[in-house]
Amino acid sequence: MSIVQAVKIGIAEMEVVKAPNVIRTCGLGSCVGVVIYDIGKAVAGMAHVMLPHSSMARGGDINVAKYADTAVEALIRLVVAAGGRKGMLRAKLAGGAQMFSFSAAGGDMMRIGARNVEEVKKQLERFHIPVVAEDVGGHNGRTIEFHPQTGVLSIRTASQELKEI
Amino acid sequence: MEDVRSLTGTHIDILREIGNIGAGNAATALSLLLNKKIEMSVPRVQIATFAEMMELIGGPEQVVACVYLRIEGDAPGNMFFVLPPEQAERFVRRMIGDDSFSFQDGADELGCSALQELGNILAGSYLSALADFTQLALHPSVPALAIDMLGAVLSFGLLELSRAGDYAILIDTAIYDERRPNESIDGHFFLLPDPESFSTIFRALGVSGR
Repeated sequence: MSIVQAVKIGIAEMEVVKAPNVIRTCGLGSCVGVVIYDIGKAVAGMAHVMLPHSSMARGGDINVAKYADTAVEALIRLVVAAGGRKGMLRAKLAGGAQMFSFSAAGGDMMRIGARNVEEVKKQLERFHIPVVAEDVGGHNGRTIEFHPQTGVLSIRTASQELKEI
Repeated sequence: MEDVRSLTGTHIDILREIGNIGAGNAATALSLLLNKKIEMSVPRVQIATFAEMMELIGGPEQVVACVYLRIEGDAPGNMFFVLPPEQAERFVRRMIGDDSFSFQDGADELGCSALQELGNILAGSYLSALADFTQLALHPSVPALAIDMLGAVLSFGLLELSRAGDYAILIDTAIYDERRPNESIDGHFFLLPDPESFSTIFRALGVSGR
């Protein structure tokens, strides 16, 4: 019997796991947690995306896990390298909330959660990966955990509400 | 400032002094407001990746009460006043004179606006001390309130920074009740200047940006 490891990724990071291990990320606000997995191979990758587009970067090296447009492609590569089959990949996503409901933060950054979700979906569509389930938007933070064996994404909010998608 | 890692010891000292002056003024304002003595810690200046930073200040999943303000003017940035929810409740009870107040009872408008106002007063005094010290014009936005996971609320303040790199410079000052110094620290001020603001602040204080 092997010991189950919960691999934890932080903000603007990504990682891939194989069953029985699980992968989680904590405190998603406007960020989006995107999971790409092949359930037949029990392999899954997760990215904690902060911003919609790498064109928003102000020069320097780009951390591909940070931007929706670069993270999806890089994540697919990671999952395939770990044994995932391209045609069998599915996606689940959570996050993209609006944590503060005022406009003083500058119009550009206010809708960032929704824009992150839009761009992640656009990228998944580009690579023909169906979104099987999602829990996005709203005004709550989320902690998510994905089980590659079952394909279940557990989502917990600050009020300890638990749901599985 | 192109790379936050190129800061020298002098720069760090300046940032620490900013935390000192700002939070010192805010602690005084809070102690007048609540009519009790409030102490503050020596400021910490953290330079870390976003993920590391979340861990350093208590973990992204920890639930906090958070008042957020955007700083506009010569040196834009983000300011957070973060409290454990129970502590926020105690402050609100004292401010509105209702000992039964709880954030659990749904969105209480009076309680929320009291906490927002508290954040407003504290951040205002932090910033006015900072503005006096640097002779820069700094204006706080209307405060916004959230009670949620630390990672979820604080990541909003990292968005501007994250466009420039993967490191944040965080100026963290804690305040606590003098009579219970060994109990968990009551509140934190987090100042996260935008990347361009560092050179402005350093220049204003007569130190070159690099």
